[in-house]
Amino acid sequence: MNFIEARKLVHEYIRRDENDNVESILTALDEVNLDVKQGEFVAILGHNGSGKSTLAKHLNVLLRPSGGTLWVNGKDAQDAGNIWDIRQSTGMVFQNPDNQIIASVVEEDVAFGPENIGVPTTEIWKRVEKSLKSVGMIQYREHSPNRLSGGQKQRVAIAGVMAMEPKCIVLDEPTAMLDPNGRREVLEAVGQLGKEKGVTVILITHYMEEVIRADRVYVMDNGKVVMQGTPRAIFSQVDTLKSYRLDVPQITLLAYELRKAGVPVPEGILTRQELVEALCQLY
Amino acid sequence: MSIILDKVNYVYSEKTAYEIQALKDINLKINDGEFIGIIGHTGSGKSTLIQHLNGLVKASSGGIYYNGQDIYDADYKLKDLRGKVGLVFQYPEHQLFETTVFADVCFGPRNRGLSRKDSELKAFTALRSVGLSEDYWYRSPFELSGGQKRRAAIAGVLAMEPEVLVLDEPTAGLDPKGRDEILDLVAKLHRERQMTVILVSHSMEDVAKYVQRLIVMNHGSVLYDGTPAEVFAHYRELEEVGLAAPQVTYLMHELRKRGIPANGVATTLEEAKQSIMQAFSEKYSEQKATHWQ
Amino acid sequence: MLRDITIGQYYPADSVIHKLDPRTKLMATMIYILSLFIFRGLAGFAAVTLGLFLVILLSKVPIGYMVKGLKAIVVILLITVIFNLFLTPGETLVSFWKLRITEEGLRNAAFMTVRLIYLILGSSILTLTTTPNQLTDGLEKSLRPLNKIRVPVHEIAMMMSIALRFIPILIEETDKIMKAQLARGADFESGNLVKKAKAMVPLLVPLFISAFRRANDLALAMEARCYNGGDGRTKMKPLKYKGADAAAYLLAAVYFAVVILLRSFM
Repeated sequence: MNFIEARKLVHEYIRRDENDNVESILTALDEVNLDVKQGEFVAILGHNGSGKSTLAKHLNVLLRPSGGTLWVNGKDAQDAGNIWDIRQSTGMVFQNPDNQIIASVVEEDVAFGPENIGVPTTEIWKRVEKSLKSVGMIQYREHSPNRLSGGQKQRVAIAGVMAMEPKCIVLDEPTAMLDPNGRREVLEAVGQLGKEKGVTVILITHYMEEVIRADRVYVMDNGKVVMQGTPRAIFSQVDTLKSYRLDVPQITLLAYELRKAGVPVPEGILTRQELVEALCQLY
Repeated sequence: MSIILDKVNYVYSEKTAYEIQALKDINLKINDGEFIGIIGHTGSGKSTLIQHLNGLVKASSGGIYYNGQDIYDADYKLKDLRGKVGLVFQYPEHQLFETTVFADVCFGPRNRGLSRKDSELKAFTALRSVGLSEDYWYRSPFELSGGQKRRAAIAGVLAMEPEVLVLDEPTAGLDPKGRDEILDLVAKLHRERQMTVILVSHSMEDVAKYVQRLIVMNHGSVLYDGTPAEVFAHYRELEEVGLAAPQVTYLMHELRKRGIPANGVATTLEEAKQSIMQAFSEKYSEQKATHWQ
Repeated sequence: MLRDITIGQYYPADSVIHKLDPRTKLMATMIYILSLFIFRGLAGFAAVTLGLFLVILLSKVPIGYMVKGLKAIVVILLITVIFNLFLTPGETLVSFWKLRITEEGLRNAAFMTVRLIYLILGSSILTLTTTPNQLTDGLEKSLRPLNKIRVPVHEIAMMMSIALRFIPILIEETDKIMKAQLARGADFESGNLVKKAKAMVPLLVPLFISAFRRANDLALAMEARCYNGGDGRTKMKPLKYKGADAAAYLLAAVYFAVVILLRSFM
């Protein structure tokens, strides 16, 4: 069985008026199927309001499905008894770095998760040290989060999740509020998690450059999964992506424009290096 | 008509252990109708700089002149300046507070002392110009989507009919389409109303595409000031201060290194495309020429 | 600027005071505050001063940093001085117009000012040397008996620690929103009281909305990290009394005895 298996997952936000009558129903997830293997790096793309954050919140059972099935780590998310097991196996990092740091000292914040799941004190210290090291924040362990940069705060948040030793980490637009340097720091930390620790990574974003390294990409629109495949396959379809309010990396777009203008570079170019090679071969 | 900054210095928490010099000897002249981009990493002083332009932050030393008038003169009305230099903050939707979008947009003109009718007229024009559909005007701002909220907030500044529009990362947190829409809106305001626009951005691709003049801030000083092509020619120096050039600029350099005569100063996708096409068509017409001989 | 307020902010340093158990520090602070209200005479004043400055010295927090925290109470201090100075009956020293300064007034003003300053300095040592988490841990454990009468001690402690963490963030946010509204021509200063109160609406509404949004985000983030109330939680830094704490209790007791003795003998 896959680490995450969603079948026809539906989530409806129901708005009621004062008399508890249903005023409107918003289908945020519309029969979504999702399969993620242990150790995979999966990216979920979609514009604001496409349902990607709603999906992310299901993986951690912060939201419960209105319909369909969802299995995480072999546990049924519909079963209320599994909530804490699932949350422990699947950690989550959110968009706003300030709103997810609970403690006023970096190391105490990283310890928050392990404390909640009853890890013994000596083990907490080991885990805190290990996870702060893995995101390169160990030298800040006694600092106040308020004086850190956005990128550093997000790395602390990632360390906080890693200290719970999850099998999977879901990152819900972790870089949306960061500057380019902060983004790079966070992505490097995320890359390490997957490569070195074998942690399953699910990255939700609308920055196209960030998904190039993913094993697979899902594209969401209007609560549905509308595209899935390798980054290369996805980025070959520039027009389709644009119709979903998305974009492709500038280099991919340039290659696409050149192709349209008659320079026969291959489809789905992702990096600068690839485009240089392709052009040199043609020249 | 211009804004002149003369040796502007700004020091945070002066005379304490936490003293930080946020701006160092800034000399700038911002001319009427320019479209200027400001880049620099977080903490380089760009936000502090733009808050000087409408007098929100007062320089520790140095002078600022708006259309020849010293804004630090005792009888200069800073409140009027704030109407002339409209400042759109980062995440401007966080400042919305009224019960309807329309009422919120009226806030600026009302503060300028305009009558209800005039304020509403200005709000009407501003909401039109940001392209927010009339269906949303009388709704609570909090029912709008992220992109719509941002438009409403920008309209709130435009309703004061500023001569200069300053935007601090207006696209932060928006999705790609939303980003393009906001930037196109800004470009339109510059084009159609000859408004002076100052755009603070983290995206080299965006500034390269839109602005005519680019100012690079680093450690509180102006590092470069020129056209995007001039500034991005210093891509190595930019990297040293934690910035970069647009991807296509690097591509051009690499192509030339590999013997394809692509123009090195391309900073936008369109320029890169043109220059690559040029290189290819020259090569192929030569080949054809030799072939025919 | 708003961010200059240092009162209550943790100051990291490696000192004996920092290492004390928060419960010890809480108790010692209470004793100290009590002593401020019972000391009398110059000898008592000397004892309190000695005690305070000895602890400040031990805490390794720069005195300048602590004094800066006093800025926030300057207004309260001034009001205290004025009231005591002019409104205490007694032997007149100077008088002009309808006001007169009495000897008793002068003494009262001086003592009240000292009391207030010492109160702020002393209690800020607690917050400067104890992280909010330790502080709330200390409170939680000290107040645990109240759990039996259904007081949600853990929840209260958690709320306090979160409030402390978000105070600087909300202060910065206030600064930001204020500037944004100023940029739209808002005026927070001129006009009468009613007008000023009205002018706060554009500041307070966005601030509350932001606070709610943050609260919502934070609740989700805490749930995602398996927070489920106080039951079954372990601690990274469990509270344990050490030798230094015993010594501190003893010293606090001696200090208190000295202040009381000096009061009864003077």
